Amino acid sequence: MTVETIQNPGAAIAAGQKLAIADCDIHPSPKSVEKEVFPYLEKRWQDHYNTYGLLLRQPYQNGPAYPKGQPDAARRDAYPPNGGRPGSDLAFMQTHHLDRYNIQLGILNPLRSGQGLQNPDFAAAYCKAVNDWQIAEWTSKEPRLKGSICIPYEDAALSVQEIERRVGDPNFVQAFMLIRTSEPMGNRRYWPIYEACAKNNIPLAVHAFGFGGSPVTGGGWPSFYIEDMVGHAQSAQNLISSIVLEGVFERWPSLKLIIVEAGFAWAPSLGWRLDRVWRQNRHELPHVKRPPSEYMRQNVWYTTQPFEEPDRRSHLKDTFEWIGWDRLLFATDYPHWDFDDPQRIPLPRADAETRNAFFLQNARDLYGV
Amino acid sequence: MAKHVVGAAKDVPPGERLRVDVAGTPVVIYNLGGEYFGLLDRCPHMGGLLSEGIQIGLVEAPKPGCYSYDRAGEIVRCPWHGWEFDIRTGKSRFDPKRWKTRPVEVETAEVKDAQTIDVAQDGLNIVVTL
Amino acid sequence: MPAPPPGAIDCDLHPAVPNLKALLPYLDDHWRDMVVQRGVHELDSISYPNNAPVTARQDWKPATGKAGVDLDRVRAEALDGFRTDLAICNCLYGVQLLYTEDMAYAFARAVNDWMAAEWLDKEPRLRASIVVPPQNPDYAAAEIDRLAGDKRFVQVLMLVMDEMPLGRRRYWPIYRAAERHGLPIGIHAGSSYRNPVTSVGWPTYYAEDSAAQAQAFQSTLSSLIMEGVFAEFPDLKVVLLESGFAWLPAHLWRLGKFWRGLRMETPWVDRHPMEIAKDHVRLTIQPRDAPPSPEDFERLMTHFDSDEMLLFSTDYPHWQFDGDDALPAGLSPALAEKICRTNPLATYPRLKEIVA
Repeated sequence: MTVETIQNPGAAIAAGQKLAIADCDIHPSPKSVEKEVFPYLEKRWQDHYNTYGLLLRQPYQNGPAYPKGQPDAARRDAYPPNGGRPGSDLAFMQTHHLDRYNIQLGILNPLRSGQGLQNPDFAAAYCKAVNDWQIAEWTSKEPRLKGSICIPYEDAALSVQEIERRVGDPNFVQAFMLIRTSEPMGNRRYWPIYEACAKNNIPLAVHAFGFGGSPVTGGGWPSFYIEDMVGHAQSAQNLISSIVLEGVFERWPSLKLIIVEAGFAWAPSLGWRLDRVWRQNRHELPHVKRPPSEYMRQNVWYTTQPFEEPDRRSHLKDTFEWIGWDRLLFATDYPHWDFDDPQRIPLPRADAETRNAFFLQNARDLYGV
Repeated sequence: MAKHVVGAAKDVPPGERLRVDVAGTPVVIYNLGGEYFGLLDRCPHMGGLLSEGIQIGLVEAPKPGCYSYDRAGEIVRCPWHGWEFDIRTGKSRFDPKRWKTRPVEVETAEVKDAQTIDVAQDGLNIVVTL
Repeated sequence: MPAPPPGAIDCDLHPAVPNLKALLPYLDDHWRDMVVQRGVHELDSISYPNNAPVTARQDWKPATGKAGVDLDRVRAEALDGFRTDLAICNCLYGVQLLYTEDMAYAFARAVNDWMAAEWLDKEPRLRASIVVPPQNPDYAAAEIDRLAGDKRFVQVLMLVMDEMPLGRRRYWPIYRAAERHGLPIGIHAGSSYRNPVTSVGWPTYYAEDSAAQAQAFQSTLSSLIMEGVFAEFPDLKVVLLESGFAWLPAHLWRLGKFWRGLRMETPWVDRHPMEIAKDHVRLTIQPRDAPPSPEDFERLMTHFDSDEMLLFSTDYPHWQFDGDDALPAGLSPALAEKICRTNPLATYPRLKEIVA
């Protein structure tokens, strides 16, 4: 077997002029919920937080159903020297991450943001507070960073309220959901969210994880964290199948869907499969006018972290071409453990313009910033 | 190849590690029960600093569900993606033939004529050959 | 290269139980009486609605009733039609879906005895998979032991989605029995519907259920590898039936990437999942969830880094292709020969044995 070790394709560029980067997945955390989020949370919900905490459709009060591979799922070198969780200190993030990699655009994706909480009113209040917090602690202080509108997506009406509250606010560039919803994302209960995003030209990012309550595989709960992690790719495929086959992109052709941190190499085979299934079941799907892969090509973007690492980089070149270089967005997942270094990922060979699009311009075009 | 005195042995007791820059090359030196081992301080995967990773034992399984755990502290896990490397050899646990970080020769010696203030004038020093 | 070369071995053929009545002679007195007393309904799974397009190709469909029930038509359309030497029957009657494990065991036995008497005894080109009740792995193992002496049974059949992911140790008595008798585990599309078919809940359209099978195969493969099924049973082979195959390389890249950093969680997994899959996992070629152009198909084939993983299947009478276009375009004659004959013979040791 020929083995291509993962070398540093960006080394030459990095040595001369540093590549400009858009990082489409950065995870900020509050130093303390009480100090940083409570100021934007009504007293009633502060009390609720203190009494019940954040109750999700998962077994544990604190921490995930599957213990992570590292504490806080973080890079061990990402703890701020002045204390606090990784991703909680702007000054440290600036030097440790933004400056170091020449990140000119960083998209903030807060994870413990109230999304998927069992109580929809609390979810809405908490999401709103987290959105206010993003402005106060991050985007107003660092122009390279842009926020995500966290929405209480299990309640579409409350989600639309939150989206409309932020329309036109330059602190935010996308609406934000998690992949594991309680019903498949194409379901009509979520449609008002898509309507609001399409009407206001706000891309919709959907990030790995979530707390819909269904087993994380169609065959039940697996044993291991690695299965949970890899399983985000299957959940993302399920959600795209649902969105496309429910006709969401037919109804809102301008809707931009971004799959974040769930991989991308599965996308071509999903498109081929959906095309088959669509041809076999045309009678059931009169609202889906075109082959599903065409909607995917037109309406779906993918962030690339955690980057695929086949033995041969040429295989990934096929994958990139099948998906379309213009639909792939670089992301690091800072400060999490499965971080991608822009200079070390096994990016398929491409000309300078294509590389620049991948690392920066695709994101600029998508977000219009 | 040259020998470089990088510190006093007594400053790196068993279980501790030392990160040094040897003529521009990042090296991490581990003391495993009195024996010193050096590795290039760079994960061959994406370049994480091994010196920032935790030291763990070696978990093996003769069969599913049976965990053996020994060699405490002799495996370093990369602070980024968690790849495990054997500190004694630099070889990765998951694919030792293909993925490894470079081992660096380390010895301890009395170095009488060293000028550096960091170096023990009356005891063992850590000497790296690179 | 649409039609298979002569002498192919069809690894996924679906003779159907025409109705519950057909099984009555093969049930013992108690269960036969229960069927009548309680008015037990047909055990047809929602995985293949009887009139859904995929369930029966138009030209393989009878005027009334189910496709795949008539031996003469199977002979003409599936066996003579593709000039196959041998075909493996995977009966999809929904015994795995029952909630009562005793009843499931009784029906599984009946299905297997019906298969032997109504199909295998009558047509020497047919082989079959042993249907087992996953509801109780000890019963399943007993059923394997009961039938293993009949060399016409060449495989054990399970559905890809059950109560738990199939790698879980609860199922290991099934794998132990299969390995002991040299029988691969055939895992077919379908579900016992203990859980929503997607990880994000029940879908709206049948098409989504159909599409979700590929994701279920992905997570099932993760489970089989990570739980250490192939470490515990080093001689076991698993054949994914009606699974699609284009997803396999990308899925294993991802599983392998995470395994490198999380090896300590499953230390019995001592090789890259791709290497484990190459040794232990086989996939049938229908449905063909592959790129339509021959050039792209060839590129996809290189991602497998193995020419031993794919097995020929027609999926008869399911509608996956038209005419005799059973092989993907872009397949070299050498690879076609491997897929159609060499690989099935290597996967199923019993196919080489002369049946007395």
